[in-house]
Order: sequence, then C-alpha cells, then structure tokens
Amino acid sequence: MPSTRDIRRRIKSVKNTAQITKAMQMVASAKMRKAQQAALAGRPYAALMNEVLAAATAGAGEFQHPLTEKREVKNRALIIISTDKGLCGALNTNLLREAAKAHLPSTVYVVAGRKAAQWVARLKRKLVAEFSYKDIPEFAEARAISKFAQELFLSGQVDGVDVVFTNYINTLTQKAEVRTLLPLGRLQKIDPDIRGNGGTEEIQPGAAQEYSFEPPAPQLLSNLLPHYLNYQVYQMLLEAKASEHSARMVAMKSATDNAKQLIKDLTLEYNKLRQANITKELLEITSAAMAMGN
Amino acid sequence: MATLKLEIATPEARIYSEEVDMVTLPGLEGEMGIFPMHIPLMTQITHGEIIVRKGGQDHFLAVGEGFVEITGQRVAILTDMAIRAADIDEVRAEEARKKAEARIAQRLGDEETAVAQAALMHSLTQLNLKRRHHR
Repeated sequence: MPSTRDIRRRIKSVKNTAQITKAMQMVASAKMRKAQQAALAGRPYAALMNEVLAAATAGAGEFQHPLTEKREVKNRALIIISTDKGLCGALNTNLLREAAKAHLPSTVYVVAGRKAAQWVARLKRKLVAEFSYKDIPEFAEARAISKFAQELFLSGQVDGVDVVFTNYINTLTQKAEVRTLLPLGRLQKIDPDIRGNGGTEEIQPGAAQEYSFEPPAPQLLSNLLPHYLNYQVYQMLLEAKASEHSARMVAMKSATDNAKQLIKDLTLEYNKLRQANITKELLEITSAAMAMGN
Repeated sequence: MATLKLEIATPEARIYSEEVDMVTLPGLEGEMGIFPMHIPLMTQITHGEIIVRKGGQDHFLAVGEGFVEITGQRVAILTDMAIRAADIDEVRAEEARKKAEARIAQRLGDEETAVAQAALMHSLTQLNLKRRHHR
C-alpha cells in the first residue's frame, strides 16, 4: 500500500505534466487557427483553378501535353506529406497506414516531413528525395516538391505519382487520403464537403465550349499545367498543416483532461488514506489510554 | 445592359466577385479590353493593372502573373497577387521593393532569385499603379 508521501509525490508530477500539456495545447490552438485560415483561404482559388483547367483541357481539342500522358504504370512514386513532430494523436499512424496500403514493390518514395522519412527508413524502402516545409508552408516549398515529381515523371523514371496527405475536414476530423498527381487526367476537387467524403467527385467542364487560346494552346497549357500541380501540392501542404495543428490541439486537450481526472482520483485516494491514518492513530491512543486506566 | 461576372482569386483569398460592365487586362501582348458577350478565351496575364468599369466608374487593381478564363458571361482570373488600388500601402511596397532588390543583389541560388524577382515585380506593380494615380 502506498504511503501518503508517495501519493503526494505522484500528484505533484501529474500536475507538472498537466501544465506542460496545457501549454502545448495553447500553442497548438494558436497555430491551428492560423493554419486553418490559410487552408480555407486557399480553397476558392483551388476551386476556380480546377474549373479553369477543366475548361482549358476540354477546349484544347486534340492537343496532348506530356504531363497528361497515360503510360502503363511500372514504376510509381509516392509522395508522403507527414508532420515533423509527434504528439498529434493518431494523425501519422493513419497517414502511414494509408501509405502502406498504397505500397507496391516498385514504389519509390518522396517525403515531406520527418515522420514519413523515419517510416521509409525503418522499412528500408527506396527513398528518392526528402523535403521539408515550414509551419506556414511557402509556395516555393511546394514548387520544389512538385517540380521534382514532374521531372521524375517526364524523364520516364516513374509512370505515375500519387500523394498521401491528411485532408483537413474540421478540428475534430482529419482524413488521410491518396490522390493521383500525375499523369494529369481526371480533375478532383481538393476540398471535401461537410461530411468529409466528396473530394473524389469529378469536375465537369461546363457545356463544351470551344475556347480560343492566346498564346496558343500548347504554350498556354505548358504554363498552366505545371502551375496547377505546384498549387495542388501547396494546397495539400496547407491542408496537412491545418490537420496537424488541429490533431495536436485535440490530443493535448485530452491529455490535459486526463491528467486533471487523474489528479482528482489521486487526491481522493490521498484524503482517504490520510483519514484512515488519523483514525488508526486515534484508535491506538484511546486503546492505550483504556489499558492504562484499568 | 449585359454584365460580366468578374472573379479574381489569389492563393490567399477571393479578392473580387462582382458583376461589372467591362474589364481591361494586362495581357502578354498588350492590354485587352473585355466586354460582355466576348468569345470564350483562355489567356495569360502579366504584372500590371486591371481596370474594372462598373456603373460608369473605373476601379484599379494591381495584379501579378496569372491565367484568365473568359466566357461570354464571366471573367475568371487566377493570379498570385491582386490588390485594390485603395489598399496599396506605398510605404510597405517600397520596403518590399528594397528588400527584394537586396536579395537579388546577393546572388543566391536560382530558386531564391526567382522568388525575389517575383516579389520585386509585385512591389513595382503596386508602386507604379499608386504613383500614377496620385499625380
């Protein structure tokens, strides 16, 4: 049976832990707000870009850009966008489970974020590039990743590029998803609907209109398509960041709540034990007194 | 009279979404005026200014590079920067210009230089627009 001193010591240590998780929760929630705003602010642009691109590819007639070329998929690259740090609940576990499902013997890996890099290294899979991105992702960081993927694809080293990332739905829900980046074919909306499914819905170009192009279609598309990919990756980074901070905030909040509950339970136990000790002492004194009196 | 729906979006926000009478765009090969019922057109724009005519008044916006989809009823502009003339902060734009110039002068890698170059063009476009309208 633990002594009162042991319990007091435990209460103190749990209190300290609670303080730390509380502080981390505050930090995460401040970052979360910023990251969520950034992710949500980017969605109208992404949506408009999807519409424009759908119209552009539909209206371009016969023209085929190398980035849309469909080849038999022999080698494939998988881009994993994970977090750098842990303490964010099941976020990375879910993400990497999704990545593991998409694994084929010929898959090569491109990672963004340290957790994914560690995972690839641990499983001794083929890592071709590692990128990092900041707390507020910059477009240049996304462009570096996207450019690398395009080069892999265009040089024929891989015949397809997929991305695994965590899509931000709301503070409590984030969903690990796999999206095809290359070859560019079906356009998919990046933002999910309220229920969090969606996201795979195809975007229909409006009534097939014949567009004129200026500059001519091949030239315009070879500017537009890489930009589209860059932006797509950028939006994914934003979504991943918003998910990370949300997940961390929630994880830290539940850690704080747990610690508080534990403190309550321990305090109760401590008080019971203290009372038991007092009663025992009283009993000893009175029985000693009675023995002396007789 | 027919109107055009003008939509301008940047990665940071939706800047503009209104019915307008006419838009002038900084096309790659010179200015381009778009009226309602324009033929469907896909085009690119470069750093410069967009002039929006609405109810007999002209509004100005500084924009960066981007893509434009034009249909008879709608003009959708995707660009990396769009800022209304009234919102341009001359002091900050000037600061940004100096910073970008300094970074270019440092001769960093290609990627860095490209970013700095883009930032420089953004601030220059804003300054040009602001100064011209002050005179």
